[in-house]
Amino acid sequence: MELKTIKKEVSKSVTKMRVTGAEAVIHCLLAEGVDTLYGYPGGAIMPVYDELYKFSDRLHHVLTRHEQGAIHAAQGYARVSGRVGVAMATSGPGATNLVTGLADAQIDSTPLVCITGQVARHLLGSDAFQETDIVGISMPVTKWNFQITKAAEIPEVIAKAFYIARSGRPGPVLIDITKNAQFEEFDFEYSKCTAVRSYKPAPAVDARQLEKAAEAINQAKRPFIVWGQGILLGKAEEELKALVEKTGIPAAWTIMGASALPTDHPLNVGMVGMHGNYAPNVLTNECDVLIALGMRFDDRVTGDLNTYAKQAKVLHFEIDPAEVNKNVKADVPVLGDVKESLTRLLPLLGAKKHEAWHEKFKEGYATEFEEVIRHDLFPEKDGLTMGEVINAINKSSGNKAVMVSDVGQHQMITCRYARFEQSHSNITSGGLGTMGFALPAAIGAKMGAPEREVVAIAGDGGYQMTIQELGTIFQLGLPVKIVVLNNEFLGMVRQWQQLFFEKRYASTNMVNPDFVTIAKGYHIPAERVTKREDLNAAVERMIKSETAYFLEVMVEKEDNVFPMIPSGASVSDIRLK
Amino acid sequence: MEETRTYTISVYTENNVGLLNRISGIFVKRHINIESINVSGSEIDHVMRFIIVVRTTEKWVHNIVGQIEKQVDVIKAYYHNDEETIFLETALFKIGSHLLFDERQIQNIIKESHSQIVTVSREFFVIAKSGRREEIETLYEELRPYGIMQFVRTGRVSVSKAQMEISTLLKEFVH
Repeated sequence: MELKTIKKEVSKSVTKMRVTGAEAVIHCLLAEGVDTLYGYPGGAIMPVYDELYKFSDRLHHVLTRHEQGAIHAAQGYARVSGRVGVAMATSGPGATNLVTGLADAQIDSTPLVCITGQVARHLLGSDAFQETDIVGISMPVTKWNFQITKAAEIPEVIAKAFYIARSGRPGPVLIDITKNAQFEEFDFEYSKCTAVRSYKPAPAVDARQLEKAAEAINQAKRPFIVWGQGILLGKAEEELKALVEKTGIPAAWTIMGASALPTDHPLNVGMVGMHGNYAPNVLTNECDVLIALGMRFDDRVTGDLNTYAKQAKVLHFEIDPAEVNKNVKADVPVLGDVKESLTRLLPLLGAKKHEAWHEKFKEGYATEFEEVIRHDLFPEKDGLTMGEVINAINKSSGNKAVMVSDVGQHQMITCRYARFEQSHSNITSGGLGTMGFALPAAIGAKMGAPEREVVAIAGDGGYQMTIQELGTIFQLGLPVKIVVLNNEFLGMVRQWQQLFFEKRYASTNMVNPDFVTIAKGYHIPAERVTKREDLNAAVERMIKSETAYFLEVMVEKEDNVFPMIPSGASVSDIRLK
Repeated sequence: MEETRTYTISVYTENNVGLLNRISGIFVKRHINIESINVSGSEIDHVMRFIIVVRTTEKWVHNIVGQIEKQVDVIKAYYHNDEETIFLETALFKIGSHLLFDERQIQNIIKESHSQIVTVSREFFVIAKSGRREEIETLYEELRPYGIMQFVRTGRVSVSKAQMEISTLLKEFVH
């Protein structure tokens, strides 16, 4: 790279050091402020692990039980803290085991830098032991990737990797380093990357677009905000709050946007999407101006696009130009960083209340409460519901826990009923729907926010996909709380089988092991709840515990999650039962 | 369903390993067949230019170009329809030399097609023809009855009628 395609920070005290490529990797990580990384050693990455041993006082490497656990932990760390998560693996199977996490981080815009070892340069392409083309494999699921074959490339490429991972719309970057490059010595110096010639992290905010947006909002009779993860990634929670409070516009969130505005905020009208709240879904098709903030109109949010918000003028605030007009045509696109856009938009807006419009949301909530919420949270039947477990966690944690959910019914129930007071409190696999995400992600979340209560919530299916990470929790002595909502089914698939496949329960019933015994095998205190009268006290013991704690709750086997927009149906056709 | 037509996508990129894979993957993801692809240097040192021809809808080509452009190593991407570009392809025909003497008509075909004779040997001769796809296909059909030993055609190369402001973009980076 003799060509000047990146800009670097001018460093003050540059001292060149003669180091190996492996040691250089460590110095790069330290220079980027990394203190924790997750990984698994193996042949092709051993020189770097040897340096990790020497630098163990400054860099905490967490040995997970599987590379997938490592990358999900790095994601949990990144999602809770807003910092770049780092994962490390060896070549071949080590590298391919990262792929699910890369795809997850790519679709959920999570900043990650993954470093993999690779066979020596002279062996590349020869089908050497544990050789796999991870750069080729990971290309569609990374924001950027690169193979380093010379030690001298390490500082510039890693600097570029961190810059790309965290800037603009964040995403995962994978750096593959051949073993010879780890052994080679060279003169190391590091400067942070501040720009890449071919890459524009955020388009400049266009004042004319802001004016158009402001005009539409000021004239709107029934404006409606839907915000997404862009608010969290752009650190625009305060701006969002100021916006809704000044304009009185009801605001709903996508799963990825959860917790940016407290659940109890009077203008927070709930979640949109397939299992979102009734009012915000139905009223999407009654608003006159739809203000989309840092969200991408995922199909689980919009349902049938041909009947989605057709009556509304759509204002789309978005950092990634490729998302504008991808699914929903924007009448007024406002490109750029959402924090800047909202800051500049606010003075252009008039103060309003929109009381009559709010009434419609309240009516919708009342309907949903009678039909669904009452039965989920205050059931009169015998069997325990997932909703009452989440409610018990809310109470015991004082709405302060970081909820890390897996994928399926319990995930939807968690997102629906967890009450969030603080931003970055909902960590889940939104776009990819990766079962097995919660347990390892909770490890990263606890380490990224050690002062916060972190509760992993999984179903009996997903839990067993990464159950081995109990070993990591045990070895670290990490006080992560784990809840398994056990219905002895792959519940969400079973629900679809019931509703759309005439109850043919193909391969969804689970014969499970004794989860309590397994947890105890890892020396994690554990208990099982089967009766309602035992629930609150058990949840209380779990939250009060100063160590890790495992709680299995046997819930009703064939409960369904409602409301529901059937796949491909209109948001107006949301079902309450 | 929206109408499909031919679009020429122009992509200016850094000259990095693996970028072809990254770009072609965006078409694979949407199950779109690339009709032709050409990668070469551009008017700017060290900057590569991809010319990709696809048949699809305006909405999809818009989305694809957006997804190409957001790749870190891509400087800028554009799409144009056939009216907005000047484009051509080049083809080589390898033909047995004896036909020049046995089949006098071939000489007329070559003359009228405005193609170029690239080389002649005792066994074979090679002609090159540049032009639009239809012109090359016409020549192919005319020569086929006499026997074509080898035939190959390049992907489309094209320049847009409108300006593409790559040099300005890159200058901004330096300052």
